[in-house]
Amino acid sequence: MYVITVPGSLDHQTVDEFLDRVAAADESRALFDGRHVRWVDPNGMLALLAGGAAIVQRSGARPRLELPESADVVGYLSRMGFFREAQGIFEFEDQPPRRAGGPSDVLLEITPVRANPDVHEVVNRVQTRAGAILASKLDYPGTAVVQFSVILSEVCQNIVEHAESPGWVAAQAYNWSKRLGRWVVAISVMDLGRGFKGSLGAEHAARYGDRWSDATALEAAFLHGLTRFPDSGRGQGIQQIRRQVQRWNGAITIRSGTARIGQVPEWDDTPPLTDGLAPFPGAQISIVLPARKVGDA
Amino acid sequence: MTNDLPLDPIAIDVGDLLQKTVTSLYSHLVTRQTGRAVRMAIEAQLRAAGEMSLSLIDLSEVTVLDFSCADEVVAKLLQRYQGPDRVEAFFVFRGVREPHRHQIEVVLERQGLAAVAETDPGRFELLGEASTEEARSWRALEDRGLLTGDEVAQVTSEAGGEVALERLLSRRLAFRSPITGRWHALSRLVSHLL
Repeated sequence: MYVITVPGSLDHQTVDEFLDRVAAADESRALFDGRHVRWVDPNGMLALLAGGAAIVQRSGARPRLELPESADVVGYLSRMGFFREAQGIFEFEDQPPRRAGGPSDVLLEITPVRANPDVHEVVNRVQTRAGAILASKLDYPGTAVVQFSVILSEVCQNIVEHAESPGWVAAQAYNWSKRLGRWVVAISVMDLGRGFKGSLGAEHAARYGDRWSDATALEAAFLHGLTRFPDSGRGQGIQQIRRQVQRWNGAITIRSGTARIGQVPEWDDTPPLTDGLAPFPGAQISIVLPARKVGDA
Repeated sequence: MTNDLPLDPIAIDVGDLLQKTVTSLYSHLVTRQTGRAVRMAIEAQLRAAGEMSLSLIDLSEVTVLDFSCADEVVAKLLQRYQGPDRVEAFFVFRGVREPHRHQIEVVLERQGLAAVAETDPGRFELLGEASTEEARSWRALEDRGLLTGDEVAQVTSEAGGEVALERLLSRRLAFRSPITGRWHALSRLVSHLL
């Protein structure tokens, strides 16, 4: 049994380390040891699902997930709809908790994205919940809920149009009082599809020659708006998400294959490009939007 | 249809079209697939309108418009009817409020297109890519609503003005009556539909 230790704090800053561990798992049976998880954000939850699904994809065997010892973390995973999605991926020693009914404080529960109607469902859900959170926690103007929905729509369409494999999306608001002294909204979108290099390869790899890699594919899409479609109207989604995130002084990073590219503001020390990560299928997108500070536009 | 105008403007409610052609469950214009379905439904209506048409595309009931849909429903729709060999279809977009405006401007500029849009009740703007002369001539026509041949010379007296007006015509951003030769602002021609 190959044991993958889940970091105690599993969030946008530690998912690469975690996914690298998953990529290194070389036995057919795997155990995700999550007992010591004290904190998990949407990136962490989706990374757990993606990590488990990657093991299933590779070995055909469902890995086992040891749940966190912290009842708070398990309760939070339950409220985010983690266990509903995890049932088909992991084996559990004990029956995982059912999600409690009643009103939820969650911005966007973990939602599978497979096809066009799922994107509509995501936009519908955030329309009813995001307005109040963006206004009260982030001090964004009333119209921001539309731009926020547009971001989610475009980023989810990346799965439908390019990944050729299902994925998930989730979002939640947090008070980063110690890290940033402000509230943030964290959005995560992950899939196990063919990744940026796979999506763009047939159309653009020849032009790059030996330089063609996960890193150059990410640069081509993220910085230059390249897409596999010859239609000049394509490729705007990620470009415009990047610009909107920048307007809100937020951070966006995308991991695909062995590289992660990002556009980060001064409050985040993530490097703009990381190469040489362990190969992991699909694309993993993280967006963090901070509350407005006095003086922000 | 009047003696001056060989067309009868039609109003197309995109919110209504979305519910009838795509799904009754959602009111948002998101995803490329949805945009393509809505554009094809608009094109089907235009086929029935004949060789020359003017359509008021109403986005008032649309809450969320993403870039993929804006590209399909605005940019690609316009592109399909550009060029001298195409059916003469003119468009005015209604309900282009602040939450939609950016997406529409981005897709228009990316394709080198421009469109007439009602951005506030009764306020029309030329969105997208237009030269300074085109923008100036369009504004002059828009402010007056209607120009006769003599008036064209007055309002386009600056260098390039008349050429710009012709260019607006070829880009389907202004209408010239083939009967009287008078120039019409598109907004004026759809005013009875607002």
